[in-house]
Amino acid sequence: MSELASESASTARAITDVAGAAWAALATVRDPELDAPVTDLGFVASCSVSPEGHASVRLRLPTYFCAPNFAYLMVADAYDAVRAVPGVRTAEVILTDHFASDAINTGVAARAGFVAAFDGEAVAELGDLRKSFLRKAVMAGTDQVCRPLLAAGTPPGELADRTLGDVTPSPELGRLRQRRAELNLPAGDDAPLVIDPETGEGVSGNSLPLHLRRARLTRAGIEANTGMCTGMLKHRYALQEDHQ
Amino acid sequence: MYTHNGEKYFVVDSHMHYWNAAPSNWVPGAEQYAKGWIECFHAYQGLGPPETHWPIEKFQSYTEDDLMKDVFTDGYVDVAVFQPTYLKEWYKEGFNTTERNAALGEKHPGMFIANTRFDPRDGDNGLEELRRNVERYGSKGVKLYTAEWNNGSRGYKLTDPAAYRYLEAAQELGIKNIHVHKGPTIWPLDKDAFDVSDVDRTATDFPGLNFIIEHVGLPRIEDFCFMATQEPNVYAGLSVVIGGLMHARPRFFAKVMGELLFWVGEDKMTFGSDYAIWEPKWQVEGFVDWQMPGTEEFSDYPRLTTASKKKILGLNAAKLYDLKVPEECQLPPEAGTPGAADDAQLVT
Repeated sequence: MSELASESASTARAITDVAGAAWAALATVRDPELDAPVTDLGFVASCSVSPEGHASVRLRLPTYFCAPNFAYLMVADAYDAVRAVPGVRTAEVILTDHFASDAINTGVAARAGFVAAFDGEAVAELGDLRKSFLRKAVMAGTDQVCRPLLAAGTPPGELADRTLGDVTPSPELGRLRQRRAELNLPAGDDAPLVIDPETGEGVSGNSLPLHLRRARLTRAGIEANTGMCTGMLKHRYALQEDHQ
Repeated sequence: MYTHNGEKYFVVDSHMHYWNAAPSNWVPGAEQYAKGWIECFHAYQGLGPPETHWPIEKFQSYTEDDLMKDVFTDGYVDVAVFQPTYLKEWYKEGFNTTERNAALGEKHPGMFIANTRFDPRDGDNGLEELRRNVERYGSKGVKLYTAEWNNGSRGYKLTDPAAYRYLEAAQELGIKNIHVHKGPTIWPLDKDAFDVSDVDRTATDFPGLNFIIEHVGLPRIEDFCFMATQEPNVYAGLSVVIGGLMHARPRFFAKVMGELLFWVGEDKMTFGSDYAIWEPKWQVEGFVDWQMPGTEEFSDYPRLTTASKKKILGLNAAKLYDLKVPEECQLPPEAGTPGAADDAQLVT
């Protein structure tokens, strides 16, 4: 009896570990528009892994009409992330309460791609869309990293001469480097702090003030959207209030 | 009119609705979309103060009396601009049609402006309907919802040749103001449906029309601001900005207002309650009381003066719609702070 009980406890622990790893994997999946993990945004309604290694994930979004292309990316990314967790043998990721749930869920399950999932309604996969929003994330991240430097008295013009390695490490700097690396933009210590997210070239001179203004604007936009989306999700699913 | 601390504010609600989203108006077979649409609107209402939330049943089909009380009696609005949204694939008689709005407006002369709408995918019949509506209701503006589903199509762009044909016709009919509302679907779906570059080009090609971008292009405020600063005939419609952010997310509201004041300027921002999503009363009161926070985070944003608030709440829209403003609500010519013209030089 005791051997069986011990074995059962060990199995339970293993399942819990795998479920924890699956959740951690979902935390690497971001809403491309909001540049935040789906776990933080409250978009993961549930995540479980069966003793046989079948992962079951339910995603939910703030509205029935959230943009289907971004929704698809999140479901597909969640599938890839969970499927790669050691101990997960099969995975099912289901988007609930969305006008395009069927097309998205079926398309992701079939690993068929976006064009196939939305037959006749799309002409290309979503790589370019994802990249264009990563560039916005780089702009917003530039404001997050540069604003404290400016507040501390750094003359704006001097930012053009700074490199990433000149800046004291912070979570914001780490995130900026990561987003730049994802776009294959310079992200090492000797790379310029302020770059054009299209070309990777350093921004300096007359272009710098406008670039920093746009960085601030982009961050304000993403923050406002995040505030609105999380507020609507809360209303939709009667959740406790989060804090901005 | 709203009077506060001895100041009189002429209030134009430049974006509001009189819809019918009751289940009896849902198209059989499309109930899930009709239900999903109104529930989405209802979730937006959740961003307003709790005491202003309505049960979903009232929200689906509020009455004429509700509207007149909320908007005019309690809400301080002097003139309200109906912005129709048809959605006839989901709602049998339409969600919020020109006819339905105008029928209410005709009972209350001088209180409403009945805008109409068009859909460039409706061909010659749609052009004829536009002509009839303008003649019958005297519309000076149209509301365009570019993500509307129409006979298998999931949306359109303003730069589509058919849209240009309609815009040319609208201009000939005397339409001045194009209120644009972007939505989540468009063809092809792999592109960003909220992209505003089509508005940019269209505004350049139709300098005689004003383009009021409702919800300031949300969720693409950054693209909208950068476009608007370069186009003299592009305006920021504040519906959703005040209703969705001022109460629920005050810090982000301040940032968005700061960005709009910097890039677009107070002369080109117009208040809209988006009623019945939100009642105008708390929005008008809160906006007049609102100040840019004094902390460092907001230190480089422009400030709002009383004159700025008068422009945004009504005087700017009154100009767009040639409304007569009572003497006591007008500003002396030098009042207010300059718009964004100087800042715009950064971009050119």
